[in-house]
Amino acid sequence: MRDIAITLTVNGIVRRATVPGRRLLSDCLRHDLGLTGTHVGCEHGVCGCCTVLLDGQPVRSCLMFAATADGHEVTTVEGLAEPDGTLSPVQRAFAECHGLQCGFCTPGFLCTVTALLRDNPAPGEEEVVEGISGNLCRCTGYQNIVRAVHRAAEILAEER
Amino acid sequence: MKPPPFDYHAPRSVGEALEILTEAGDEGKVLAGGQSLIPMLNMRLTHPRHVVDVNGLTELATVEAGPGGVLVGALARHAQVERSEPVAAVQPLLRRALGLVAHPVIRNRGTVVGSLVHADPAAELPAVLALLGGSVRLARPGSTRDVAADVFFTGPLESALRPGELAVSALFPALGPRSGTAFHEVARRHGDYAISGAAALVVLDEDLRVVTARVACVSAGPVPVVVDVTGVCGGDRWEAADWRGAAAAVWDETEPEGDIHASADYRRHLLGVLAERALTEAAQEAGNR
Ligand SMILES: Cc1cc2nc3c(=O)[nH]c(=O)nc-3n(C[C@H](O)[C@H](O)[C@H](O)COP(=O)(O)OP(=O)(O)OC[C@H]3O[C@@H](n4cnc5c(N)ncnc54)[C@H](O)[C@@H]3O)c2cc1C
Ligand code: FES
Ligand code: FES
Repeated sequence: MRDIAITLTVNGIVRRATVPGRRLLSDCLRHDLGLTGTHVGCEHGVCGCCTVLLDGQPVRSCLMFAATADGHEVTTVEGLAEPDGTLSPVQRAFAECHGLQCGFCTPGFLCTVTALLRDNPAPGEEEVVEGISGNLCRCTGYQNIVRAVHRAAEILAEER
Repeated sequence: MKPPPFDYHAPRSVGEALEILTEAGDEGKVLAGGQSLIPMLNMRLTHPRHVVDVNGLTELATVEAGPGGVLVGALARHAQVERSEPVAAVQPLLRRALGLVAHPVIRNRGTVVGSLVHADPAAELPAVLALLGGSVRLARPGSTRDVAADVFFTGPLESALRPGELAVSALFPALGPRSGTAFHEVARRHGDYAISGAAALVVLDEDLRVVTARVACVSAGPVPVVVDVTGVCGGDRWEAADWRGAAAAVWDETEPEGDIHASADYRRHLLGVLAERALTEAAQEAGNR
C-alpha cells in the first residue's frame, strides 16, 4: 500500500501531495490541500455537491481517486472568482437571485453551471433543468437556482 | 464511506495493464470511470487487493463508427459516445439510451465498456448490446476473445469477464436499412436507474412488412431479457401489425421481481406499456427511414 506522489494544477496553481491510492479527490482537495469549498454530502455520486471541474469538465470528486487526477487540472469553487475576489457571473447571479440558502450544495451547482453555460451559453428551460438534475438542494426548492442560471446566462452575454 | 486500502497501479500501456491484471488474478479490479466501482468501494461492497487504473491508457479512448457498427474503446466516456454525430448516424439507439444513463456529470466520467462489464440488469447499455446482438472484446497477455452479448451477461453484476482479463472494446452493430429503434423507461427520479424499461428493434422488408421485432427489457430479470416478438407481428405491414399483442408477449415471457422500488406486478405492468411504446415508435422509425 505505497503512497503515491501526485502533482495537480488546482485553480491555476501547481500543487503536490503524497496520498494513499484510496484517497478520494474530494478528500485530497479538502484535507491535503486545505480547499474546503468543495463539499461532501453522500460519497456515492448522488448529491453533486462535490462537483469540480477536471480539465474543464464537471465531475464528481467523490467518485475519483486523487491519484487518477495526477497531471490534470482541477478547478474548485475557490477558483471561480477573479484573483481580486470579484465574483464570477454565475456566482453573482446566484447571489442576486437567492439561488442559495444554507449554501451546502452551492459549490457543486456553481461548478456545474459554469461548465453548462460555457458549453451552451443560452440554454432553454429544459436544458437548464437537465443540466442541474444531478445536483440536489434541500433548501431552495430549485426555483431560484433555475432563475439564477438564466440570469447568469444574461450576465455572461452582457459582458461578452 | 471511504474505500478500503488497496495497491494502486497506473499502467502506461495496455500490455503493462494486462501483465498487472494477470498477476493480480481474482484479487484485481479494473478502474475505468469509477462511477460504479468507487461507490461500491465507498460502501465497502467490494475489497480488491489491487486496483488497476486504466485512465492513463488514452489509446483505449476511441470511438469508431463504420458500416459494421460502432466500436467503442474501453476508455470512451458515455458523454463522448453520446455527442458523436457519426455514432448517432450509424446506430441512433446509443445516443437515446445514453441520454437515460444517470446525469450529464456522471456521463463525463463513466465509460460505455465499464457499464457493460458492470452488468447491472437495471442499466441501459447492456440492454442495448443484447438487443442489437453486439459483443465485447476481452484481452489477456497474448490473446483476445470476442464474447457475444447473449452469453456475456451471466447474472446480476456478473459477466463472462474472467479474473485477469481486460475488456478492451465493445461492438454495437449498425442500424440496417428499413430498421428502427426506440428506448422507453420509467425511473422514480431523473437519472436514477429505471424501475422498468424496454428497448425495441424493428426491421421491415421492401414491402414494409415486419421481418424482425425484438425487445430488450431492463430491470426484468438477472440479465437483460431479450424477447423476440416476430412470431406475433412478423409478415404484417408495420402500420397494421399487432403491437399490443407483441407487447403482451413480452409481458407473458418476463417475470420481473419486486423490491423496495416497485412491486413485481407494477414492474410487469410498466413493462407491457413501455414495450408497446418502444415497438410502435421503432416501427414508425423503420417505416419512415
Ligand atoms: C448517481 C449515479 C447514477 C447512475 N445511474 C445510472 C443509470 O441510470 N443507468 C446506468 O446504466 N448506469 C448508471 N450509473 C452507472 C454509470 O453508468 C457507470 O459509469 C457505469 O455503470 C460503469 O462504468 P465506469 O466506467 O464508471 O466503470 P467503473 O466504475 O470503473 O467499473 C465498474 C465495474 O466494471 C469493471 N470494469 C470497468 N471497465 C473495465 C474494463 N475495461 N475491463 C474489465 N473490467 C472493467 C470494474 O472492475 C468494476 O467492477 C450511475 C452512476 C451513478 C454514480
Ligand atoms: S459527495 Fe459526491 S456526489 Fe455526493
Ligand atoms: S442551499 Fe442548502 S442545500 Fe442547497
